[in-house]
Order: sequence, then structure tokens, then C-alpha cells
Amino acid sequence: MSGDFANLLADLKEDEVLKLTKERIESGEDPMKILEDSREGMGIVGKRFADGEYFLPELVFSGELLKQVTELVKPHLTQAVETKRLGTIVLGTVAGDIHDIGLNIVDFMLDVNGFEVHNLGVDVPKEKFVDKVKETKAPIVGLSGFLTPAFDAMKETVEAMEKAGLRKDIKIMIGGGQMDDEVKKYAGADAFGKDAMAAVALAKQWVGAS
Amino acid sequence: MAREWAELTPEEKREERFKRWLSPQGVTFSSPKAEKAYKEKVTRFASAFQLKEADRIPCILPVSNYAAYYAGMDLRTVMYDYDKLKQAWLKFLHDFEEDLDTYIPPGLVPPGKSLEAVDYKLYKWPGRGISGETTTYQCVEAEYMKADEYDALIKDPTNFWLRTYMPRVFGALKGFPQLPALTSFEEIAIQSFVPFGLPDVQAGFQALMEAGTESLKWIAAVGAVVAEATAVGMPGIMSGLAKAPFDTLGDTLRGTQGIMMDMFQRPDKLHEAMERIAPLAIEAAIGAANAAAAPIVMMPLHKGADGFMSDKQYKTFYWPTFKKVIMALVNEGIVPILFAEGSYNTRLDIIKELPKASVAWWFDQTDMAEAKKVLGDRACLMGNVPTSLMMTGTPKEVKEHCRKLIEVCAPGGGYILSGGANIDKGPPENLRAMMAAAKEYGVYK
Repeated sequence: MSGDFANLLADLKEDEVLKLTKERIESGEDPMKILEDSREGMGIVGKRFADGEYFLPELVFSGELLKQVTELVKPHLTQAVETKRLGTIVLGTVAGDIHDIGLNIVDFMLDVNGFEVHNLGVDVPKEKFVDKVKETKAPIVGLSGFLTPAFDAMKETVEAMEKAGLRKDIKIMIGGGQMDDEVKKYAGADAFGKDAMAAVALAKQWVGAS
Repeated sequence: MAREWAELTPEEKREERFKRWLSPQGVTFSSPKAEKAYKEKVTRFASAFQLKEADRIPCILPVSNYAAYYAGMDLRTVMYDYDKLKQAWLKFLHDFEEDLDTYIPPGLVPPGKSLEAVDYKLYKWPGRGISGETTTYQCVEAEYMKADEYDALIKDPTNFWLRTYMPRVFGALKGFPQLPALTSFEEIAIQSFVPFGLPDVQAGFQALMEAGTESLKWIAAVGAVVAEATAVGMPGIMSGLAKAPFDTLGDTLRGTQGIMMDMFQRPDKLHEAMERIAPLAIEAAIGAANAAAAPIVMMPLHKGADGFMSDKQYKTFYWPTFKKVIMALVNEGIVPILFAEGSYNTRLDIIKELPKASVAWWFDQTDMAEAKKVLGDRACLMGNVPTSLMMTGTPKEVKEHCRKLIEVCAPGGGYILSGGANIDKGPPENLRAMMAAAKEYGVYK
């Protein structure tokens, strides 16, 4: 039954998923179990995305489905949700750039692959990255950018990490739009990832989970 | 006896448009040398579009707001001071005159005061929403059109724009939902004037008038730059812009999130809306091409890139109305330059169905060797020197990269050396290196 739920979610069967969610809540089942199954379903979505079977529309739609399931379940939760995580990552689009499509795909894929993601959003000042790394002790930072002004903003963000004495303790990956290995060198980052799957692979490698 | 325009075949129409581009009306060249240079350049581009070899490959230097920074200014300054805009663009024109096959006038640098007058919310620009040091303006994606508004858009796009969309993206037009349907003016007008008397409706018109007054000053500056560039022998390469209907809906109406939900939840409405938008895009683009010398319309493409959707979704949702716009322009004798941002590696087999030598594909990060293999005998290719290399590399590295690209793409004609995307800053020596590569390695014997 729980396997069915995860598969229905992964297959994006909106009506069935919502109907089943309501039935399970009404039957008095532990709501945590429903969330765990949802998580499993999202994991399948992530895998299908990585395999080239799913694309952005499916990620968006499954995310919307998960939101609906969570909203139905939330009033019945008695304890906070705790998930074991592979590691913590601070993520954001650098200052002067307001693009977030790629950023959110990377967030999604890191999340379904077991990472705790702190997504700072777009146009993030370098100080904010520094503060968040200090606060979370995250060993990994992901810098996103779409346009060419991001080249300098990435460089400045990496320099700010250096200045704050954090650089030696963290790994920094970059990605998005016009970013490539040249920009990685220019910015002084550790790696460039060409897509969300590369981001997951890098993160796993850096926390020793691959 | 000249036949009517409508009776000409697409090929004949294009031939006519190329002739007009080669000998533009109302242009006084600064010297016979300038006129000769102009014709050589147009011939180079026209040959590339027709997959023929001219004396050498043409080159488009990958600059967008570059002239502002090259002149020691910044985007914000030239968006607000049109004299400085003119000054910066003319300095670039004259400093690079010997190195340019074409010249991009500052028509894509919008007048800041016009945008401010209407309190434009769709975009952020330096000093307004993003740091003054940022070198580009950027679109703010949001759900400006709600999921249940498809019918309103389909029924009457103009009405939807005026009373629903525009009040959302122009803060100053917040009173416009109160406007009557303009078709309510019938017989002796009675109540239809009333909304025009409301203070916030009037404030909206006032704001539009201010934006208009400011734009007239701006267009005079842009026009002066265009005139001078043409006079010294620089043909334009882009007379208008058009978008794929999926992008029109996905970029600035429904947003990425919204349109991707619509692909699942209301696909029929989405298709209907794209069919409704296509003729509007076509009409605007043909109008722009008719008003300028170069018979070229540029189409920047966004949400059909690799990774944004599957090939099946591309074929179902993106391609049909995109192709409709392309073919309408081609049938009018216009060459669409299709600028595929990101990469189009998995789309090559789909897009190759367009008629031979009808369009130019400008690729950002697509594998050019593969593109040449699949599309080389069908379409002109453009691209794709990386912006990162142009901004952070050395002239030697740039020239070497261009040499390899030319080696792959130039044989047999149908190649224009250009950037993957355009830059705003970076060493001018790298631009010269790129041009030198075109002249040195791009010669047809």
C-alpha cells in the first residue's frame, strides 16, 4: 500500500494521490508514515529526472502535489518531522542576479537525494552567504548564476568566504546559465556542475557518501 | 511590370528584401568607400543565410551593453542620459569601425525614465531593484496571468492586456481595470466616458504620456546612432524581435511554474492561447522588418531548451506554434535568427524539418560539430564563443577557440562567427582577437 502511494505520487496521479491521502488520514494512520511515503515518491521523481525520463514540468507538478499532500497531513501531525540527512548545503543565486529556475531544480534534487538545503533565494549578498555558513556550519556552498555579471559576484562571494576564514572548511560549487569551468577558475570555486545531477554527485562526493 | 507583393514566392520576396538591404533607401554614405564596405558586409551576411560562400565568414561581435562600460560609463548612466548613450555607442562604433561586420545600435537599452514613469514591475534594472553596478536588466518572473484567465486572453487579447495584464506589470496603471471595453463606444457615447474621469485612471494615462515624451527623446538618440553607423558602412543585423508563443506565455504571463502546471492541468487552454498569440507575434515582427532595412527578425528562445522539457513535450507544446511563427516570417521573405539559449542538442532532429536555407540558428551552448552535422546543409549556424572566455580569457585563447569553431562550422558556407551570448564587460583585445580570427581563418578560397 505505501509502495503504491509513492508510485502514484511519482506517476503524478493527482486525483488518486489526494484521495488516498484523505483516506489514510481518516483511517487514523500515523501521518508521519504518509510523509515518509511522499518522500519516497519524490525520490523516484528525482531518479526519473536524473535518468532523463522526467523534466522540469514533472518536477514542478510533483512539487505541487507534495505541497497539497503536506497541507492535508499537517493538521494531524503531533511531532516535528525529522529526516536523517547526508549533509548540509547553503545554496543561492549570487548578488545582482535574480534568476531562480536552475537554483530551484538544484535545491529539489539535493533535497530528494538526502541533503539539508538552505536556499537563500536570489540576488544574495556575499555577507548573507557567509552568515549562513557560519550559522549552519554547512561544509558545502552552491552558487547559482545565470548572466555574466554573476562571474564577478561569484568571485567576490568566494573571496568573502576566504576573508571570513571559512574557505578552508568548505567546498564551493557553481552552476547555471553562462557558468563553466573558466568561471570556476576565475571565481576560485572548487567545481562547476553543468546540471542538478552534477550538483548531487559533487555533494555526495564531498560528504563521502558516493 | 512589377508583380504585386502578395503574388511573389517566399524566395522572390526574400530576394527583394535582400536587394533593399543591399541598397537601403534614404541613406547617405559618408564616402564611396563606406558604401562599398556596406555592400560587402551585407553580401557576406546574405550569403551566409543562403548557405553560400562569400569572400569570408561574417562575424558579429558579442556585445550587448558593452559600449557603456567601454566608454567608462555604466548601464544605469546610459539608461537615464541619452546624450551619454549616444556618446558611448559612437565611441565604440568609431574605435571598432575597422573590426566590425555589423553594429548593434543601443535600441535594446531602454529609457529608464519611461520605465519609471509607469512604475514598471516586470523588470529590475541597475539602481531599481538590483544593485547599480549590475550590467544588465532582468525580468521578474511571476504569475501575472492567473490560471483561470485563459479564456479572457483567448477571447480578446488586447482587452486582456489593457485591463488585466498591464495594471499588474505597470504600477501606474493600477486604475485601468476600471476602463470600459473600448468596443462599448457605440452610437452616441454616454456612460463610456465616465471611467476616464476617475483620478487613478487619469494618472495612468498621464504616466503613459510621460513615458512617451521621454521615449521620443530616447529614440532620437538611438536614431542618430543608427544613421551614423549606416553612413560609415555598417549594416544592421536585427530589425525586430519575436518570441515563441510558449515563451510569451511562460516568461511574462503564467511564469515557468504556472505554464508547467498548465501542461498537465489545462493543456487544451494552453494550446488555444498559443494559437491565439502566434498571429500577434507574426504581425508585430513583419511590421518591424518592413520598417527597417535588414530583413531579419531575432527570436530569443527560452523554455524549449534541453532539460526544460522532454523532446515529446517540445514537439507537443513548444514546436507547433513556434514553427508557425517561423514559417510566417519565412513566407514573407524574412530571415528569422533563432537564438537558442542554453543548449538544443536533443532538439536538432526536430528542428531540421524547416525548409533549406530559411533560417539561422544561433546557438549558445549547443555542440556545434553535431549541429553542423545535422543542420549544416539546411540552416545557417551562428555561435558560440563562450562569454566566460570573452570576459576572462586571453586574446590568444579567444583566437584559438574561434579558429577551431571556424574549422568545424565554416566549410560549405552558412556560418556566422558569434558569441554564445553577449557580454557587457571584458578586454577589448578579446573582441579584436575574435574579429582577427574571422578575417584570418574564415576566408573562403
